[in-house]
Amino acid sequence: MFETLAFYAFGGLTAAMFLITVTNKNIVYSMASLAAGMIFISGFFFLLNADFLGVVQIVVYAGAVMALYAFGMMFFDSSKPSNEHITSNKSIFGLSIGAALLTVAMLCVPVSVEHSYKTLDGAKNPQQVGMELFTNYLLAFEMASIMLLVAMIAGIVLAGKRMDDSYTTTVDHHDRHIEDLKLNQEQRA
Amino acid sequence: MEVTLNHYLLLAALLFMIGLFGVIRRKNLLMLFFASEILLNAANVALAAISYYTNNIQGQIMAFFIIAIAASEVAVGLGFLILMYKRMNSVDLDNLQIMKG
Amino acid sequence: MEKILLIALFAPLAGSVFAALFGENKKTLVAGVIPSLFLVIGTACSLYLLTVVMSGTVVKATLFEWIAAGNVSIDFGFVADQISVVMMCVVTIVSTMVHIYSIGYMSHDEGFNRFFSYLSLFVFSMMVLVMSDNFAGLFIGWEGVGLCSWLLIGFWYKKPFATWAANEAFIMNRIADLAMLMGMALLFWNIGSLKYDIVFAHAKLVDAHTLTIAAALLFIGAMGKSAQFPFHTWLADAMEGPTPVSALIHAATMVTAGVYLVIRAHDIFILTADVSYFIACLGTFVAAFAATMGLVNRDLKRIIAYSTLSQLGYMFVAAGIGAYWVALFHLMTHAFFKALLFLGAGNVMHAMHDELDIKKMGGLYKVMKPTAIMMILASIALAGIYPFAGFFSKDKILEVAFATDHKVLWLSLLATAGLTAFYGFRLIMLVFFGKENYKEFFPKLHPHEAYPYMLYAMAPLAVLAVIAGFFEESLIALLEKAMPIFEPHISSGEFFMLIGVTTTLVVSAIAFTIYKYSKGGFSPSLENSTIYKLLFNQYYIPELYDRFLVKPYTRMSDFAWKQIDLKIIDVVVDSIARTIYSSGEKSRDSVQSGNLSKMLRWMVAGLIVLLAFAFLYSIAVS
Repeated sequence: MFETLAFYAFGGLTAAMFLITVTNKNIVYSMASLAAGMIFISGFFFLLNADFLGVVQIVVYAGAVMALYAFGMMFFDSSKPSNEHITSNKSIFGLSIGAALLTVAMLCVPVSVEHSYKTLDGAKNPQQVGMELFTNYLLAFEMASIMLLVAMIAGIVLAGKRMDDSYTTTVDHHDRHIEDLKLNQEQRA
Repeated sequence: MEVTLNHYLLLAALLFMIGLFGVIRRKNLLMLFFASEILLNAANVALAAISYYTNNIQGQIMAFFIIAIAASEVAVGLGFLILMYKRMNSVDLDNLQIMKG
Repeated sequence: MEKILLIALFAPLAGSVFAALFGENKKTLVAGVIPSLFLVIGTACSLYLLTVVMSGTVVKATLFEWIAAGNVSIDFGFVADQISVVMMCVVTIVSTMVHIYSIGYMSHDEGFNRFFSYLSLFVFSMMVLVMSDNFAGLFIGWEGVGLCSWLLIGFWYKKPFATWAANEAFIMNRIADLAMLMGMALLFWNIGSLKYDIVFAHAKLVDAHTLTIAAALLFIGAMGKSAQFPFHTWLADAMEGPTPVSALIHAATMVTAGVYLVIRAHDIFILTADVSYFIACLGTFVAAFAATMGLVNRDLKRIIAYSTLSQLGYMFVAAGIGAYWVALFHLMTHAFFKALLFLGAGNVMHAMHDELDIKKMGGLYKVMKPTAIMMILASIALAGIYPFAGFFSKDKILEVAFATDHKVLWLSLLATAGLTAFYGFRLIMLVFFGKENYKEFFPKLHPHEAYPYMLYAMAPLAVLAVIAGFFEESLIALLEKAMPIFEPHISSGEFFMLIGVTTTLVVSAIAFTIYKYSKGGFSPSLENSTIYKLLFNQYYIPELYDRFLVKPYTRMSDFAWKQIDLKIIDVVVDSIARTIYSSGEKSRDSVQSGNLSKMLRWMVAGLIVLLAFAFLYSIAVS
């Protein structure tokens, strides 16, 4: 009974939050509601006995990703609400409703679930995750980490300043070179 | 009433639809990204639910990887967004019509 | 033996193709000589086949199957039986002479090579026509000669009236061909085959009414080709073509195709007495009709054309009465002396630098003795004086008409014979004798005789025009096996009376003509009388056709073009194209706009479609 209540509560809240995200004109509000939605999603994960996943959700999504979005938002002028020139409301609503109906219809088919046992006795969820991750999905794990590295470098390169000045050349060898450097800096400024 | 897998799947579908609605409605590029996050999260919920109800840990592993991918996608996407803002001074989607025809 | 048949058939085609290779070049002599040589080969083959057929065997050859669809089975079969071999010989002999003549006649023409190609093609079509053993092959040859006639009448296509005349000939023939096709279809529908043997064997099994209609339709087709009234106007206008064309096509071969058809289908026409009687009456009418128009005309070739028309009428009378061999006989003799007349006229035209008005000629006998003599021989044959060829065939027709109690026909044919003699010799007198009018019209003109080889080409025709009458007995012997030989039953007294009457009339007509024209001809005041005007303008029939047929039809086709074709059909087709084009443009603008938002929407739409499919599939599976 408790789970049922929690499910409906979390569900309602998540849906409400995400609705605000997609409909609000103010970018700050939509971002805030997105963050809230993330937290409530993690609530779901806790309900489903996926503890590790829930924690990771909070840490990564609500923590890192939303912070990233916040920093990104700071680049743009977000004081005024963005006036969106929406061309055709009808098509949007029509498409959405159609997709929703179809998905519901598909998923209303009762799913018969077989219980396949693959448990380690007495192991908590993080241990189980670790067991699975580092044996069957080791390669995928490594690849994912490389991908994260690449993404990080890409993010830095795309958004960073032009690194024309080098801070690693030795200074005392070429004074004139430094003078030139300083002159270049002034010219550019 | 017992909460079955169907409920969770329905919820995931509902969240997915909300995300889809946002994707096709938003003209601000940043808000488009928000909506795509919703999509990913809905998929995560579905995966976790199925993993719980079939007692298979693999669903959660998949959810992990999706989170990882989503994070890197955000990083790169925002980088592009900043570049575009520097070039066109706006993040309106209608300005991005170079591929017409 | 089959090979000889096929060589005779395809030799002209080979000549035509050879000449066609030189089509665009300037005049090359070999393009004229080689077709003539091929035709000589063809003539030799035809004559050989004549001897073969006379000894009794009929030669057949089938090339290959043409149509085999359901019950319809028509093949390219050729036969040299008694009737066709006679026609083959006539066609090839006259064609050869005309070819050799044309080498000289067209020597100054820039379309020399083209001319021989067309001419040989015509001979080939004519051979197909006479040698085919079924109606379909006949029709192919029929259309082929029509086409070549069009090509040749309009040979000097830069002259507007020549093209008009060519079109007139072709269109008139086409209208008649429609009737012929219907007749053929009717026969096929009732009998089930188009082969002569089968059709003629079963002809008596078809009910009389249908057979009458079929025979009438076939005859209408023959009327078009042989220029019987009312399809006659094209023949006189066809004189726009070069003279050898007139000699070959409009004297000896193409216009006789109609007669050939009637002779060939005699089994059918014997059974339909009404149609045959109609044929005879029409023939008589045309004979007289054409003769009256030839009386007053001033155009050299037109007079000869009208005489051709008249003689065709004679042939149809014979065929209508039932004496088919007489028609064939007259066809044969007529081919020779008429071709000779035309070729002689060609010589005269050449001498007079293409002048056609005979009132502007005169006294050419002094400069063109051989031509004059040959033309006089041909005219005597035309008039029908013993012992020339025309006498035998023409008098036979009169005899046959008299013997079958068609007294009215006989009388009109007799009168026509008199008129024929008159205008034939009028032509001779005005062209070769009398006052030399050309000296005052064309002071610088020095008429000269044609090249010797042209005269040598005409010579065999002259010889045949004289002696062909004596082939009567052998012709009867030959044709006995193919058709019922109609021998008129009249006593010898009547026989001699007939000959006497005819000969007297003809001779007196000739004498009258010679006398009158040596004294200077008729008075010019005669030209103002109504009858003269009527005859001179061909009874105003061309004007009638123009006013009541051509002009309304032109208006109708103009309407069809401007209103229906341009405004309705073009608009419909264009709008279909425009719709497709614009719909493509619109969809391109909506799908490929480059707008990310729009593209995302299309993605969702695709997603919905896939979801629907998956849903339906899952329903279907469960």
